[in-house]
Amino acid sequence: MTAATRLKPRNLQSRSVMERFTLWAALLAVAAVMMVPFAWLVTSSLKSEIAIFSYPPQWIPRPPLWQNYVEAWQTKPFNLYLWNSLVILALNLVAVIVSSSLCAYGFARLSFPGRDLWFAITLATMMLPGVVLLVPSFVIFTRIGWGNTILPLTVPLFFGGGAFNIFLLRQFFRSLPRELADAARIDGAHEFSIYWRIIMPLAKPALATVAVFTFINSWNDFIGPLLYLSRDPTKYTVALGLALFRQAFLGRTRWDLIMAGSTAMILPVLAVFFVAQRFFIQGIAVSGIKG
Amino acid sequence: MSGLTVAARNAATRLRAPRTQKTLTGYLFIAPFILGFFLWFLVPALTALWLVFQDWNLIRSPVFIGLGNLRKLVDDSLFTKSLIVTTYFTVVSVPLQLILAFLLALLLNAQVRGIAFFRTVFYLPSIVPVVANAVMWAFIFNPEFGLLTPLLRALGLPRILWFQDPAWAMPAMILMSLWGLGGAMVIYLAGLQGIPDSLFEAADIDGATRWSKLLYITIPLMSPVIFFNLIIGLIGSFQIFTAGYLITSGGPQNATLFYVLYTYRTAIEYLDMGYAAVLSWILFFILLVLSLLIFRYVGRYVHYEDVDA
Repeated sequence: MTAATRLKPRNLQSRSVMERFTLWAALLAVAAVMMVPFAWLVTSSLKSEIAIFSYPPQWIPRPPLWQNYVEAWQTKPFNLYLWNSLVILALNLVAVIVSSSLCAYGFARLSFPGRDLWFAITLATMMLPGVVLLVPSFVIFTRIGWGNTILPLTVPLFFGGGAFNIFLLRQFFRSLPRELADAARIDGAHEFSIYWRIIMPLAKPALATVAVFTFINSWNDFIGPLLYLSRDPTKYTVALGLALFRQAFLGRTRWDLIMAGSTAMILPVLAVFFVAQRFFIQGIAVSGIKG
Repeated sequence: MSGLTVAARNAATRLRAPRTQKTLTGYLFIAPFILGFFLWFLVPALTALWLVFQDWNLIRSPVFIGLGNLRKLVDDSLFTKSLIVTTYFTVVSVPLQLILAFLLALLLNAQVRGIAFFRTVFYLPSIVPVVANAVMWAFIFNPEFGLLTPLLRALGLPRILWFQDPAWAMPAMILMSLWGLGGAMVIYLAGLQGIPDSLFEAADIDGATRWSKLLYITIPLMSPVIFFNLIIGLIGSFQIFTAGYLITSGGPQNATLFYVLYTYRTAIEYLDMGYAAVLSWILFFILLVLSLLIFRYVGRYVHYEDVDA
């Protein structure tokens, strides 16, 4: 993580009032474009069905129907979907944190023959588009009896936890001073306890970055649950439940409830983003900069 | 021999553990990745290779059909259609994303009050879950009560049916994808902030205009990042699936039958695993060849600054 990750504004020349005004106008215009869909989603989630169809469109629902959220939640067993999502999420977090940090430690802090070759392979798998292996993986998982279980969505991450995460943690581990581990080695510490007791506690910011991205990927994942869990409604995740929500209403689409469901699904992502904003920026910066 | 040197020597031998043991420790640490590489990467890749020659619906036992699956490609009009659809999407959305994300990053790199707020707002759409995103845009583009219909009416433009019109479904998909350009934008922004101020200061002394600074300093120094975003953008756009699956089901008249959606249908709905494997391999080779071509022909324009120089 280099200087580039630190977001600092640049002041080249003092800008004229006119220029500042133009800049502000441009920023505000783009911000409006970015926020309008969100705002529309949220207001629609609080409208009555009649208000949704009204013209001209209402921006402030009167009165706001919080009931939509309750009704949406009860139309389908969203409590169950939430539980299913959380189980997968928890397993993914454990898998990625433990597995990718072990591999990253091996690549960053130990030297042994073949290490660089395996690291090159790690980087190469990062370039492979995931969907290419979708069909054969589906065939394999179905044949070994993992269809209709969460195993295909959880077990593979225990094996390395994703090349990108290994890469990100390796970069961080390499930046930690060697002396810490050497002192422990003189005291006769095992490599594993150096990893677990010295390096891991120091790597909390990098681990947080990995955790945040794992959360987003797991919570947002649609194609995985669609492939492996869509046959059994008791195993739906929130993403799958919301996607199939539209089919829940015979004849007419209840947009008010669907918008409430969508807003509810976005909220945890926003919460994580605001709590862990700096880890996001770090992770993205690392992905964009070779190290 | 004093006690101190003995202790030091003991410590030194402990530091230098035997080679085999060091190798073993190293491989133990990276064992998860190595196992995963074989189990979830090589095995599926070999399975995909085997599937190419099989006729198999996962229920009956597989039948060897030689090149039968490859021959199906010749008169599969949906295969051609899905390639055209995906190419259309890629050719329009990737360059637009690259340019717009760059412009927004330039805007966000300015020093004004509240810039952190704008950075957040510009970035947020890119982390919205794909499902919620698809549902939201299906609603916004709805010709009856969507947000765009009153807007078009106010501008005196005719009503557009968006996802219900074969000609407009793809432009709607592209507009939708532009909303999520925050990822590329933040990568640009990180790159912009890595450009040393001294270069711009030197240019200022030489009386360079803003335009020439952009053209001769910013863009050349940003070219590795632009290149990175180009490759990532291409790979990403060829993998688009959810919007086509959820909003349009590939319609109307297959206007949004994205390649991965067609592959998904071949495997999951038509249960033609052999042919789906062929489609997967083709996607792999398309992306491989595209990446190599880009490295060959675009890569030469990329300017790499030696960091230590």
